[in-house]
Amino acid sequence: MNDMTLLRFPRLLRTALVALLLAAAVPALAIDTERAFADPALQARYEHINRELRCLVCQNQTIGDSNATLAQDLRREVREMIAAGKTDDEIRTFMVDRYGDFVLYKPRMTPVNYLLWAAPVLLLLLGTIVGIHFIRKHAAQSDADTPEAGQS
Amino acid sequence: MLKFGVPLALFALLGVFLFVGLQRDPSYVPSPLIGKQAPEFSLPSLHDASYPVASRELLGRPWVLNVWGTWCVGCRQEHETLLAIARTNAVPLIGLNWKDNSDAAQEWLRKLGNPYAVVASDPEGRVAIDWGVYGAPETFLIGPDGTVLFKHIAPMTMDVWTREFLPRIEASKAGAAPVKG
Repeated sequence: MNDMTLLRFPRLLRTALVALLLAAAVPALAIDTERAFADPALQARYEHINRELRCLVCQNQTIGDSNATLAQDLRREVREMIAAGKTDDEIRTFMVDRYGDFVLYKPRMTPVNYLLWAAPVLLLLLGTIVGIHFIRKHAAQSDADTPEAGQS
Repeated sequence: MLKFGVPLALFALLGVFLFVGLQRDPSYVPSPLIGKQAPEFSLPSLHDASYPVASRELLGRPWVLNVWGTWCVGCRQEHETLLAIARTNAVPLIGLNWKDNSDAAQEWLRKLGNPYAVVASDPEGRVAIDWGVYGAPETFLIGPDGTVLFKHIAPMTMDVWTREFLPRIEASKAGAAPVKG
């Protein structure tokens, strides 16, 4: 019975399923074809930084995810700076000096975006104030109502 | 009145933000180099690898750096405009041939005409990274003192040239008057 069900499965659908599975396997191929650092700690740093930097031609990808030529070039810069003993911060600064804060997926706190960083706190504060105001007003109304209803 | 007024005002404000957001180009990345000293470079000339093109030698007058490659569609698109700009002799146009094959680049200039005073060859794209280049064509305006005055990302048009570049070139020449004597 089971075999029958499988056979009755439309052929086209089966082919499509196989094609889909094969397509899903493609991203598993390594994007970075460069040789890994001999030191796993350096390799980990390299991969970590690549995941933090935006590929500017393919803006919703990191340079670690992208195979654009620019991403390859930026990965080469990162690789060379790590090999030269630069710190992560120095590498980030190198990129920001050239491409601006936009290159960082995790934005830095700068005077320009203080408001952005403060926004969650400010909105929470605003919400609390409005909430308290609303509850007080509501409570005052029901307080006024109760004595009449209770008639103590 | 207030009950509807406040949400309405907030909604209108949101509308304004979204509307402004629609007009903006998300692929435009403002350059942090504007107003700063232009990154120095010395690269082999496209036409004669033994001849270095050094940014230092261009100090003292405004100049334009145009980043291009034969693989770049937008560069083909702006080429006529660059030729027209070059004919005006307003400023020297320096080409930065970015990640390109030097034979193909020379062939391109032979066929289409060469708007550049000189072309620096950057096959590895290192100088391009120093300049924060992320997509050709990009055109920089550099002042006589070596600061980056303006950057245009996208094919150059006569409109952009007359509106954004020419006034800045004139202003920078006026500022550098003592140098010119």
